[in-house]
Amino acid sequence: MKQTDILEIRALIVSHKRWDVAFGIVGLLSLMVGVLTFAALFVDMALDGAGRLSLDFFTSFPSRKPGQAGILSAWVGSTLVMIVTAAAAVPLGVGAGVYLEEYAPRNWMTDLIEINVTNLAGVPSIIYGLLALGLFVYGLGLGQSILTAGLTLALLILPVVIVATREAIRSIPAAIREGAYALGATKWQVTSNHILPYSLAGILTGVIIGMARAIGETAPVITIGALTFIAFLPAAPLTGDPPAGLFDWILSPFTVMPIQMFNWTSRPEAAFHQNAAAAGLVLVVMTLSMNALAIYIRYRLRRKIKW
Amino acid sequence: MTSLSHADRIDAVSEHFVSDRLARRKLRHVKERVIEFALFVAASISVATTIGIVVILLQESFHFFQQVSLWEFLTDTQWTPLFDDAHYGILPLLSGTMVSSTVALLVAIPLGTTIAIYLSEFAPFSVREVAKPFLEMLGGVPTIVYGYFALLFVTPLLQRLFPELPGFNLLSAGLVMGIMIIPYVSSVSEDAMRAVPMALREGSYAMGATRFQTAIRVVTPAAFSGIAAAYILGISRAVGETMILAVAAGMQPNLTWNPMEPAATITAYIVQVALGDLPHGSLAYQTIFAAGLTLALLTLFFNVIGHLLRKRFRQAY
Repeated sequence: MKQTDILEIRALIVSHKRWDVAFGIVGLLSLMVGVLTFAALFVDMALDGAGRLSLDFFTSFPSRKPGQAGILSAWVGSTLVMIVTAAAAVPLGVGAGVYLEEYAPRNWMTDLIEINVTNLAGVPSIIYGLLALGLFVYGLGLGQSILTAGLTLALLILPVVIVATREAIRSIPAAIREGAYALGATKWQVTSNHILPYSLAGILTGVIIGMARAIGETAPVITIGALTFIAFLPAAPLTGDPPAGLFDWILSPFTVMPIQMFNWTSRPEAAFHQNAAAAGLVLVVMTLSMNALAIYIRYRLRRKIKW
Repeated sequence: MTSLSHADRIDAVSEHFVSDRLARRKLRHVKERVIEFALFVAASISVATTIGIVVILLQESFHFFQQVSLWEFLTDTQWTPLFDDAHYGILPLLSGTMVSSTVALLVAIPLGTTIAIYLSEFAPFSVREVAKPFLEMLGGVPTIVYGYFALLFVTPLLQRLFPELPGFNLLSAGLVMGIMIIPYVSSVSEDAMRAVPMALREGSYAMGATRFQTAIRVVTPAAFSGIAAAYILGISRAVGETMILAVAAGMQPNLTWNPMEPAATITAYIVQVALGDLPHGSLAYQTIFAAGLTLALLTLFFNVIGHLLRKRFRQAY
């Protein structure tokens, strides 16, 4: 081979390798866009809102005077709605996941359910709001209550819980089931004594991620007609006249954190924007710490389990 | 003493014992059946949800279309159901949705794809370990927070560049929405790329290709169906996104293709109506279901396209 050819090839290799380096830099820069946006968002909100964060902010009702307004009714409302959501979404989601993995026969009904779960995950959240408005609020007469909001958000996060449950169950080796069946265990004994305990961490991850999503959801809760200005608390759970009064809180009107933030954001006065920033800060810290917890559990799980 | 012999007594005991065991087994059988049925019911809730969505949207829209013709709905260029001079043309809301989604996708698709290729083919293990959870968290930030950011941080920033930009505009909402969608696009694309078998890459390297050439000419085409699915997911997210637009793009229906203008989207209109107090069963109340039906059909359309793309380009290894 001639010397010039070799030089030409080397030059070609160098120029191609340069593309490698260039793309590595472009990739890092693209990641940085995400990182920087998040940093800007967080710092901007912290600068605006940190001044408003005090104990009073958590223990005051919203008010027409921005300096006295707080998020008491919002965080109480969010907590109560989340209780209903968890109570509905966890048994239904885990049950559905267990059914699809352990029980379901291979037939058209199972296929239908599986396709459905995938498609539901892609339905915009505001459509769930419309479903709840037609079905829960007017169809079943539950009104614009904590129960309606909790059930709506439960339907919304059901696909998340189902998918997480299925993935956790699928990672359990078949030998575990076979061993239990060989000892004469029934299906439910295998499920309750082996499958559920071993998949618990994975299911928990999915539930936490789902709840973090539900707590930040605004659109479906606005659509069912949640109020934006609430200056009272629902009756405390389990305090009313038994037996019916114990659950008074569940049919009470309410507001939640993201709606409170929306309300303050859409006002023209800058003082209310500070309140919105403070509420946003609380919301972000809450959802991020839930997500971080889920990621940590998954990480621990990945390291610990060796079948 | 009773007159029972020893053998009789043993028989009686074992019979009692056996029938007791049989009874327990039968009970166990019933319990198994009940549990299986309960689990089946839990799984069917998802189907019931879909049926519920379809029935509610169609039912209320049916009442709507008895009073407003489909032709008017699709061709009228004004959407003013809450005014005295009511017009019911979905076009202004559709244009708002399309413009904001286009802006968002112009941000999310290039950035999301680049990040996916980088994380799957270039990044060292340590970078990936940090970046993936971070992106996941970026996707977990509540959208109302992004809305606040778009209205009170990005818009003022853009106004320094374009002084004539109004306070509510599709551009800043779309840009922030794009950032929000990046994690969805990048994580699904990356999963698709990592599913490409190592042998394909090794073959490419053996032919003397560089990393970049392998990533662009071998891995990306091989993972095309998954990447297309990621884009479709991104489009669905953009079309259905609500709070960023309701906060930062305004709630005034406006038939425009210019992202520098304020305009309402389908989702923002639903929020606007829900914030007011509309009597149940009125025509204005039914408009949000007609708008919701349009939105649902739009996302269904994209999901079907995604399904077809996946089917057509699916590669089996």
